[in-house]
Amino acid sequence: MTSIGILQIAIFLALILICAKPLGAYMARVFEGERTFLHPGLRWLEVLTYKAAGIKEDVEQKWTHYTASLLSFSIFGFVILYLLQRLQGFLPLNPQGFGASNVNPDLAFNTATSFVTNTNWQGYSGESTLSYFVQMAGLAVQNFASAAAGIAVAIALVRGFARQEKKTVGNFWVDVTRATVYVLLPMAIVGALLFVSQGVVQNFGAYTEVATVEGGKQVIAQGPVASQEVIKQLGTNGGGFFNGNSSHPFENPTPLSNLLQMFLIFVIPGALTYTFGKMVGDTRQGWAIFAAMSVMFLIGVFVCYEFEQAGNPILSRLGLQTGATAGQSGGNMEGKEVRFGIANSALFATVTTDASCGAVNAMHDSFTPIGGLVPLFNMMTGEVIFGGVGAGLYGILLYCILAVFIAGLMVGRTPEYLGKKIEQKEVKMAMLAVVATAFSILFFTAVSSVISFPEKGYWNPPGAAAANLNNSGAHGFGEILYAYTSATANNGSAFAGITANTPWYDLTLGLAMWIGRFLFLIPLLAAAGSLAAKKKIPATAGTFPTHGPLFVGLLVGTVLIVGALTFFPALSLGPIVEHYLMHSGNLF
Amino acid sequence: MPTVTTAPSPTPPKSFGNDLTSLLPKKLVRARPLFDPEIVGRATRASFGKLNPVTLLKNPVMFVVEAGAALTTVFLIRDIFTGGANIGFQVQIALWLWFTVLFANFAEAMAEARGKAQADALRKTKTDVFAKRIAGGGKVENVPGSALRVGDIVVCDAGDLIPGDGEVSEGIATVDESVITGESAPVIRESGGDRSAVTGGTKVLSDQIKIRITSNPGETFLDRMIALVEGAERQKTPNEIALNILIAGLTLIFLLAVITIQPFAAFSVAQAGSGTTPAVAVLVSLLVCLIPTTIGGLLSAIGIAGMDRVMQHNVLAMSGKAVEAAGDINSLLLDKTGTITLGNRQAVEFLAVSGVTNEELADAAQLSSLADETPEGRSVVVLAKEKYGLRGRHIPERESKFIPFTAYTRMSGVDFEGRELRKGAADAIAKFVAERGGDVPGDFQEMTDRISRSGGTPLGVADGKRLLGVINLKDVVKGGMKERIAQLRRMGIRSIMITGDNPLTAAAIAAEAGVDDFLAQATPKDKLEYIRKEQAAGRLVAMTGDGTNDAPALAQADVGLAMNTGTTAAKEAGNMVDLDSNPTKLIEVVAIGKQLLITRGALTTFSIANDVAKYFAIIPAMFMVTYPALAKLNIMGLHTPQSAVLAAVIFNALIIIALVPLALRGVKYRPMDAASLLRRNLLIYGIGGIIAPFPGIWLIDQLLVAFRLA
Repeated sequence: MTSIGILQIAIFLALILICAKPLGAYMARVFEGERTFLHPGLRWLEVLTYKAAGIKEDVEQKWTHYTASLLSFSIFGFVILYLLQRLQGFLPLNPQGFGASNVNPDLAFNTATSFVTNTNWQGYSGESTLSYFVQMAGLAVQNFASAAAGIAVAIALVRGFARQEKKTVGNFWVDVTRATVYVLLPMAIVGALLFVSQGVVQNFGAYTEVATVEGGKQVIAQGPVASQEVIKQLGTNGGGFFNGNSSHPFENPTPLSNLLQMFLIFVIPGALTYTFGKMVGDTRQGWAIFAAMSVMFLIGVFVCYEFEQAGNPILSRLGLQTGATAGQSGGNMEGKEVRFGIANSALFATVTTDASCGAVNAMHDSFTPIGGLVPLFNMMTGEVIFGGVGAGLYGILLYCILAVFIAGLMVGRTPEYLGKKIEQKEVKMAMLAVVATAFSILFFTAVSSVISFPEKGYWNPPGAAAANLNNSGAHGFGEILYAYTSATANNGSAFAGITANTPWYDLTLGLAMWIGRFLFLIPLLAAAGSLAAKKKIPATAGTFPTHGPLFVGLLVGTVLIVGALTFFPALSLGPIVEHYLMHSGNLF
Repeated sequence: MPTVTTAPSPTPPKSFGNDLTSLLPKKLVRARPLFDPEIVGRATRASFGKLNPVTLLKNPVMFVVEAGAALTTVFLIRDIFTGGANIGFQVQIALWLWFTVLFANFAEAMAEARGKAQADALRKTKTDVFAKRIAGGGKVENVPGSALRVGDIVVCDAGDLIPGDGEVSEGIATVDESVITGESAPVIRESGGDRSAVTGGTKVLSDQIKIRITSNPGETFLDRMIALVEGAERQKTPNEIALNILIAGLTLIFLLAVITIQPFAAFSVAQAGSGTTPAVAVLVSLLVCLIPTTIGGLLSAIGIAGMDRVMQHNVLAMSGKAVEAAGDINSLLLDKTGTITLGNRQAVEFLAVSGVTNEELADAAQLSSLADETPEGRSVVVLAKEKYGLRGRHIPERESKFIPFTAYTRMSGVDFEGRELRKGAADAIAKFVAERGGDVPGDFQEMTDRISRSGGTPLGVADGKRLLGVINLKDVVKGGMKERIAQLRRMGIRSIMITGDNPLTAAAIAAEAGVDDFLAQATPKDKLEYIRKEQAAGRLVAMTGDGTNDAPALAQADVGLAMNTGTTAAKEAGNMVDLDSNPTKLIEVVAIGKQLLITRGALTTFSIANDVAKYFAIIPAMFMVTYPALAKLNIMGLHTPQSAVLAAVIFNALIIIALVPLALRGVKYRPMDAASLLRRNLLIYGIGGIIAPFPGIWLIDQLLVAFRLA
């Protein structure tokens, strides 16, 4: 690790820390329905939305009603997006003339699921598959909608803790509208302009064909990139305009745009911890969560950075200089962009998997085994290190419930968090969410490890599901594991190295995304409903303190131990054994 | 000016006995040694009966272990017949898996057997008694106790066993209740008031009483008590159910993690081109090691033992839920009399008016009190003796006339050798002196005011027309009470003093005892309202009570501890009954509730933390052949794959047995604030739980190799 690298990581976290309070306080006002400085400019848009959609702003919903609204919202989005893709040939803004043949039904299912669940797993290359219209009216719209839905769910859960003896948890439609109008939209507009200033393209032109110096022919893909790029990061979506995602120079041209991208990924999740503290009436509670997230973030980023910087021991043994020198960054540069180097690639990989973003500026498949283990493990723990917009907060609150329930008994009271008793219902729902995600990752990975299909058949033309791998052995196993983990965690980043656009993978990955999204957040909404109905018990000296370093440590321990215990066998057959094998000179 | 009166407070029931001054937990009357041979024998036999999968289904963790053990056994038998490899290893694994189930069964059986032993002891006292029932025409007929129904009237003479639960409808008698309370001193039971309840199976020692039966056979207090200690009525408490959900969920996750190892391994073996997929015995071993068997095996034992511990304090909890609620209490309503103070006012000081010596005053005060049998009167005699060396003298009855206290005169005393000695309410004494032409000295009023303000009761003393001075009667706060209350505060529990005193007196005592709040001139309605107010603010409230008028408040409180001497109504309304009728016991009950919850949390944390080490033992062993590089994970340096797996399984089984005493006795509880408590317990059971298995498994591995078992 170099001091300049460490400094950059520190600056990044400092930026997130600085913005947490002002943005968090602002969001708290937005979701409590108070006036903000943006109301004079944007209130008309909010009111217009309510009028157009027939939403009653001051009618609240029970958790069941809230969930039903969320589900109908998502399913409606899914259907529209599916149809847009299949019908793109008849729609405008299609200079390359893409049609239904570019998106077969199973890919369209997979992509629609992917964007509606905020996963943005991409089984396709944007520039050779989808028209500008589908990218903008389909994908970018879902980037806003799925992000706003995530925030809404988190706010509903926070209300569960904040209020008492209430039957309702808020109004889904109002929450989604406010999240979009007051949070995502203004930030996206500013962010897009900043991206353009850095050289991110934004046009409707056809692709340019140029002659290269060698006399070859190169097609340069373009399009309305900046507008999509900003919400891709801000909404922790991660679906790139181009296949190269954030390593593509038109998506992420400069180190500054790179910093801005990472900033956009973390800024809302970081600030939501403050919103949480503010709404439950004790900002220390929010800071404790912020601290726990920061600790886990720093552990991850430095482990990843350390192993990427250390590089490949096999190369060092061959006498190659892999250390950092004045002229080169050193380390494992395979699959990384020179303009970002080791530190910013390791940082980006950690950030994008801490949050459920999934944008990449380097190929995770080419990371060292332990360097690649960090993103994988980040996703396995449910992306609660800042996490997806909203999803990170409701995910970490699930762990708070578990931590308080397991260890809280040790203060000699039945467990309570923020004055709410954690009882059967909450534990049941929290465990349901944990079991569902573990099931999705482990079950689908297991099946794909061994299942085989007739060669050239419909389900998986290469034959066995494992035949889609470009790498063998432990690394190949890691690729399957990564794919299902990424889908279940609604991350969407790919380890690559796996041909995932076959009906088998499209379907199972799509199912994993549905499970990972809805079997995680519906139980939490149920918990929100039950929590909102409870009385708040005043805190005393006998109350389990949930704002100090002790709780931060406990929370970190719970996240790491629950994650590690669930996935240790799988990880040991993937990256862990790969690490040892690499040191004994074996590669895959 | 507050009313000053010498009205004697009611004599405390005798069963309060010597306990009044003792704040320490009573000697555990029924406590038996933890590993009483008879109980251990009974528990061992019961552990085999509990192998029945239908009963085990209630405990998902242990059910999975049993299914795993059965599966391993089936594969073992198959391998024996087909001549498979590693028979010795498989036999040991199968045996230890069965032991794991048995050990968990044993823990539960131990807890139950301790309850059953108590129930048996109680049942022996339940001989069939004959009752003398009063029939329609007032005729007494002999009927068996089991024929009695609610509303029947029976008569009991000295030496009779009371045939059923009831209320004294006529008469007064001393009753031996040692069967129930373990307390040998007899108690007084009389008709009317708050000491009218009698319990079936207890014995009348003197006099004759008529009893109205209040419960049908099979529903008596003794029956309920037997059912409770036997655990027959045991239902899982809310927290226990929630914890069960958690460990069932964890079991499901580990089941997934282990089952998927098989395909993962198949893929790896195919890719590596070496090794085999793990054997069933090894997979089952890993599963059993990972699922929370420690807490799963001990959870119900902890619950039963918690009830048992309450019982050992001579408190009968009607449900486990009540004990659990005790741990959650935020507000403790403590009756002043008998709980915070010694129960009656005592003379602490003589203040003579100017011109009178203190000795003279003390002498007069003592003489006036010699015939006064109230605790206040006695305390005057004692103070005079202690402070001025005046011994109690005998006053010949024939030459003297005792003047008893009446509500009208509000004083008492003696006419003796021509002197009229009186003590009583300050204004009554002043009037008495004035009527005899004496003067009321100027400093008298000042003294009485000062005493009143400090929470005491001033008693004037006069010798004829001379007003001698004032006795300061004070409510004496029990020794150590202040510390207990401070301790409660550190635990986050507010204590509220309930008293019938006027606010001024109450405030003074409240300040002296250090309680957080007080309710003065409290009527039963006030109490009920106070509880409701606390509960509306989200607090859980505990209180004690004995009178019928306490019943609504007892029922409303989250923990209502009724005194056994109290009325049936009070006992039915509360969810606990203190057989010793010692209100201070409430504090102990809270501590037991907390201890129960801490024990559960500690063992859950320990159980989960243990898993880390087990992975390091089994995973490298499992894939040693496929991926020899994974040997690096064998950080304990275990000898062979077999010894590693066996060591982990054996450790997992033995830890259950090793923790049985902890589960039955409970984790040591020291009253302190939650943060320190959490830090301490996290260190011991969390961090300790991660570390402990490493040396444990290593040692077992060494032994296995040394004895050539693996």
